Amino acid sequence: MIELEKAAGAPGPADGPRPEVMLSVRGLTKHFPIRKGVLQRQVGAVRAVDGVDFDVAAGETLGLVGESGCGKSTTGRVITKLLEPTSGSVIFEGRNIEEFSRGQMRPLRRDIQIIFQDPYSSLNPRHTIGTIVGATFRIQGTKTEHGTKREVQQLLERVGLNPEHYNRYPHEFSGGQRQRIGIARAIALRPKLIVCDEPVSALDVSIQAQVVNLLEDLQAEYNLGYVFIAHDLSVVRHIADRVAVMYLGKIMEIADRDELYSVPQHPYTHALMSAVPVPDPDKEKRRQRTLLTGDLPSPINPPSGCVFHTRCPLYRTALDESQQERCRTVVPFLGEVSPGHLAHCHFPQPRADIAAATDQGTGDAVVGAGGSADPAAATAPGVPEEQQP
Amino acid sequence: MSTQAVEITADDRKAPDAFLSVRDLRIHFPTDDGLVKAVDGISFDLERGRTLGIVGESGSGKSVTSLGIMGLHTRKRTQMTGEVWLEGQELVGARSEQVRRLRGEKMAMIFQDPLSSMHPFYKVGAQIIEAYRVHNNVSSAVARKRAIEMLDLVGIPQAAKRVDDYPHQFSGGMRQRAMIAMALVCNPALLIADEPTTALDVTVQAQIIELMKELQREFNSAIILITHDLGVVAEACDDVVVMYGGQAVEKGAVQDIFYRAHMPYTWGLLSSMPRMDRQRQDRLQPIAGQPPSLINVPKGCVFNPRCRFQDHVEGDRCITERPELLPVVGDHHARCHIDPQVRERIWNDEIAPKL
Repeated sequence: MIELEKAAGAPGPADGPRPEVMLSVRGLTKHFPIRKGVLQRQVGAVRAVDGVDFDVAAGETLGLVGESGCGKSTTGRVITKLLEPTSGSVIFEGRNIEEFSRGQMRPLRRDIQIIFQDPYSSLNPRHTIGTIVGATFRIQGTKTEHGTKREVQQLLERVGLNPEHYNRYPHEFSGGQRQRIGIARAIALRPKLIVCDEPVSALDVSIQAQVVNLLEDLQAEYNLGYVFIAHDLSVVRHIADRVAVMYLGKIMEIADRDELYSVPQHPYTHALMSAVPVPDPDKEKRRQRTLLTGDLPSPINPPSGCVFHTRCPLYRTALDESQQERCRTVVPFLGEVSPGHLAHCHFPQPRADIAAATDQGTGDAVVGAGGSADPAAATAPGVPEEQQP
Repeated sequence: MSTQAVEITADDRKAPDAFLSVRDLRIHFPTDDGLVKAVDGISFDLERGRTLGIVGESGSGKSVTSLGIMGLHTRKRTQMTGEVWLEGQELVGARSEQVRRLRGEKMAMIFQDPLSSMHPFYKVGAQIIEAYRVHNNVSSAVARKRAIEMLDLVGIPQAAKRVDDYPHQFSGGMRQRAMIAMALVCNPALLIADEPTTALDVTVQAQIIELMKELQREFNSAIILITHDLGVVAEACDDVVVMYGGQAVEKGAVQDIFYRAHMPYTWGLLSSMPRMDRQRQDRLQPIAGQPPSLINVPKGCVFNPRCRFQDHVEGDRCITERPELLPVVGDHHARCHIDPQVRERIWNDEIAPKL
């Protein structure tokens, strides 16, 4: 199904049957105005999300990754209409929810739910978990077969909590258990799409694995679509079918999971993957990394041309004058480098990375467009697979 | 890490050879609900130029251990026993005055959250200058020069200008760099970094770890790196202590932990993380259950309620008798009742192939 999910938002022709696209985001922007002075005149804007396109099909998981401040959480909030977009459209099952009023939106909230990052602040400390999870039924006026309490208890059991804890308060639960309560609340109305905003980032590894498995089980059971927002690339690799890498409010690269992790094309994706430490001391000692220098530029005043050029290792080491000029002045286009694989770069280059070394064998580094010297060979040779101890 | 640290009894108060030696450290907090045994007997040695990683889940006692070494627990409300030797000086029984003098000069700490651990009201430079002048009798001009030098060393661009910025004007990564500058301003021989990169993005994390390694090469300092990220441990540490429920359940060289682990909890940790460098698995293998409450620590082995290898032990020793931290091979120690040969077999047959 995922292979067919081609060319999200791309001008390229999508041949073959497409899966049923549930959520379609086109040209989405969200700018937060900066106001100053007595008249509160707008003097600028934080361009949190700056033109984002993607599709999510039923039963599919789209991973959204990037550094903090890249706009991934804002995107999640705009999709769930917790924030109004500045422009662009969010089409859910054929309807543009961006135009919906609050009242029109309410019945739709059954279908689109969200799980938050922090299981401590996202549950009301004064309510029992029965009330918290049951509130969804009350607000939506949903009739349940055997009463709300019974339904809530079944939900608690489904997410791996003791149904007898119906009357307990959030503080009586650990972080992992609280995140399960958040999940029970999100699935209560049998939604079709759940936006998971860093659902496992606050949890310990052993508990994180429990929650990731639970999310996968629920997806299989109810054919849920997930927009999975996370900064942990290894978790996203595990759970997502398609992955979008964001930087300064824009999608830098989007592709199917295996493709993205084995032949990343955008230098930012290379750098992100190369920064993830591998839990293998011998491999760590041998490997060379592409270290990004500096910090994320301010989204109030993003760099001209390609937003990544200020930190781009390719720009600094492998491009000539005229190519650099192009990076500085021309905004690249999210172009298709191979079917279903789009990169926002003037000079996309496939590069075999750590993941590729173990997954598909070292991919051949092909000199990309522009006929530039192969920077892949210069910066980091593919790490060959070795025998496991 | 040497084996002798375990065998030494409390009476044997002889200064050890190691640069830092922690022996049978116990840190308990009496509360209304009962005694919280946050750290319950941990021992390790650390030499200069080496990095020791302490890993474990939240609530396993790793941060409490480091605060204990630094002497940062309120003495009135803390029961602290055991010994901490730093270059032949014992710290647990020492007067707070004495420990305070060592803090900053000989040992320094980097905290997890750089925003809340810097004073928002004072300029970054002023905070570094203060740290330097407390321990060195120099003029403020000299100290300021030193502060700029340190900021430059940790890679803050335009250090001479940024020295007069307030913490909120720095980004997360720069604040953490400034924290490191502050910690290193007196060239401490021991640096304790408590989750120094947890709040940072991977790209910045890679920069900070690289910086710490560079500074370690330059100053030959000993580093204790507290983290829950096994990737960071593999990248930066020489030795590792795995903590669970306030106890060290396994310790050894980093290769011992990653290639020959001997304790079911370490196995669980290694198996439960998704890895970028391996074939993607269909399912993650979590450790069932929840971490223990430190007020009500399980009888017997602390890990027994979550351990799925108990049938390898005869009788009910796992739930009645607390295992000792015993040597496996050389400096590699593990706390488990299962026979070492059986553990080795389980690792080779069941755990390692599935990682």
